[in-house]
Amino acid sequence: MATYNTNEFRSGLKFMLDNDPYSIIENEFVKPGKGQAFSRVKIRNLKTGRVIEKTFKSGESVEAADVLETTLQYLYTDGEFWHFMDPQSFEQYAASEAAVADAIKWIKEQDDCNVTLWNGNPLIVEAPNFVTLRITDTDPGLKGDTSGGGGKPATLETGAVIRVPLFVQIDEVVKVDTRSGEYVSRA
Amino acid sequence: MSREHNAHRPVASIRVLQQRASLLSEIRCFFAHRGVLEVETPVLSSSANPDAAIEQMLSGYRQPGSQRSQTLYLHTSPEFPMKRLLAAGSGSIFQICHTFRNGECGRLHNPEFTLLEWYRIDFDHFQLMDEVDALLMQLLPDCAAAERYRYADLFVSHTGVDLFSATPAQLQQRAESAGVVMPESADTGWLIEVLFELCVGPWLKQQQQGVIVYDYPAAQASLSQLSTQDPRLAERFEYYFQGMELANGFHELADAAEQRQRFEAENRKHRQSGSEMLPLDEHFLQALEDGLPDCSGVALGIDRLLMLRCGVDHIEEVLAFPFARA
Repeated sequence: MATYNTNEFRSGLKFMLDNDPYSIIENEFVKPGKGQAFSRVKIRNLKTGRVIEKTFKSGESVEAADVLETTLQYLYTDGEFWHFMDPQSFEQYAASEAAVADAIKWIKEQDDCNVTLWNGNPLIVEAPNFVTLRITDTDPGLKGDTSGGGGKPATLETGAVIRVPLFVQIDEVVKVDTRSGEYVSRA
Repeated sequence: MSREHNAHRPVASIRVLQQRASLLSEIRCFFAHRGVLEVETPVLSSSANPDAAIEQMLSGYRQPGSQRSQTLYLHTSPEFPMKRLLAAGSGSIFQICHTFRNGECGRLHNPEFTLLEWYRIDFDHFQLMDEVDALLMQLLPDCAAAERYRYADLFVSHTGVDLFSATPAQLQQRAESAGVVMPESADTGWLIEVLFELCVGPWLKQQQQGVIVYDYPAAQASLSQLSTQDPRLAERFEYYFQGMELANGFHELADAAEQRQRFEAENRKHRQSGSEMLPLDEHFLQALEDGLPDCSGVALGIDRLLMLRCGVDHIEEVLAFPFARA
C-alpha cells in the first residue's frame, strides 16, 4: 500500500483520511523554535467537496488515495447509473447519480468528460467547460433583434433550462458554459 | 530549467541594508554601555547539538595529506562555546553570528540566519526579560514593554484545558477537536505544543505589541533550569511580536549531570526516528562540571527584528542574498 510522508505534502496530493479520499489545497509547514514541527493542511473531501483544516505531526505517514483523473466518453444512462467508456481501452465505468451530480444537466451521449476515479470507480464527473446542445423548447412568440435584454427561458435536449436571447429558436444548437450555466452563442 | 531572471541581484534594498548596519551598531552600543563583552566562537564544531527538534547541517575537514574527511557540524546557536567562556570567567557576554538550521526555509526562516545571543551573570530570567524589553524599546519605534503571561494561563484560557490536571485522553480529545490527526505516538508533550500553537497562536498574532510567555512546561525546558518552587515548570521565556517568535531565553541550566541526561534523552529520540546518535559536546559538559556561574541567556533573531523595523513580511526582503540566491 502506497503511503506519503508529511514532508511530501504539496497541493494536489491525494490521500486517505477516515476512509475518505482527500486532496490537499494548501500545506503549511509550522516549526516552533524549540518544538517539534507539524504540517497544517487545508484539504478537500473528494466525495463531498467539503474543505477542512487538519494538523499532522511532521514525519507521519498517510495512505495514498488511489485516485486517477482521466477522460472518459459518456455512453448512456439506464436511469440508475451513467455509463462511461475509456476511448483507448474500451473499458466501461458506471457512475452513480452522486458522482454525476450537476454534470447530468449538460452531458449528452459521446461527450468527453473529465472523470475522477477512486479505486477504479467514478467519484466525480465533470462536464466539459463548453457544450453544444439543441433547444427543444422555447417561446417562439417572443421576438427581438438584439442579444441584450433579459432574454427568455429555453429547454435544452438534456432537460436543462437556460436563458437565451430572444432571437434563438427551437431546434437551434447553442453553445453553453457549463461552469456558469450561461448561453454563450449559437453554435 | 529556467533560471530566475535577476537571480544574481540582491533581494534586500540598499535602504534595508543600511537599516541592518545601523541595527547592528545600535545593538553593539547597547551592550557596550552595559559592560557586556562581545565575543566570537567557532561556527564549525566536531560535536553536535542533539536537540531532536533541530536538524544540523554538516561540513567536513580534511587534514593536509589525509584522504579522510572529519565530519563537522555547523552550529545551530553559539550556546555551548559561549557557556564554556562563561565557565572560564568571561563575565557577561554577547555574540552576533550566522547560525545554520537544516530544513527550515519559509516566510520566517532562512537556513542561514543572524542570531544575537547574550548571557548575563547573576540575572534570573525575569531580569533578562527586562533587558530584552529595554533593548527592543530602543531598537523598534513605538515599542512598549511586553505584556507577560504564564504559559499555563494562556493555555487554559485558549484551550479550556488545564495543563497540569488534564489527562492524556482529555488533551487528545481537545487536539482532535482542533483538527489534529492523531499520530501513532502522540506523547503528551507534543499534544501540548501543538494545542498551544493552534489555539494560542492565533491570539498571539492579533497582539499589536510584544508578548512574553514564561514558565514553560518542564517538558519544554530545553536548556533551562526547572523552577525551584514548582518543578513542573521551566524557567524559560519566549518573546513574541505579533505572533512571530523573536527571542527565546532561559535561566540557564548549570547542572552537568542533568544536562547530560537531557542530551542523552534527545539523542535517544534521534535513534528512535532512525537517525544516528550524535557526538555530544564533551567540552561543554566538562565546562558545566567546572562550574557555570548562575546566569540567564537569550537568543534573538536579528533578521526577524529587522523585518519588524522595516515593516516587511518575508525574511527574504531583509537578506542581501537569501538562500535561493546564495
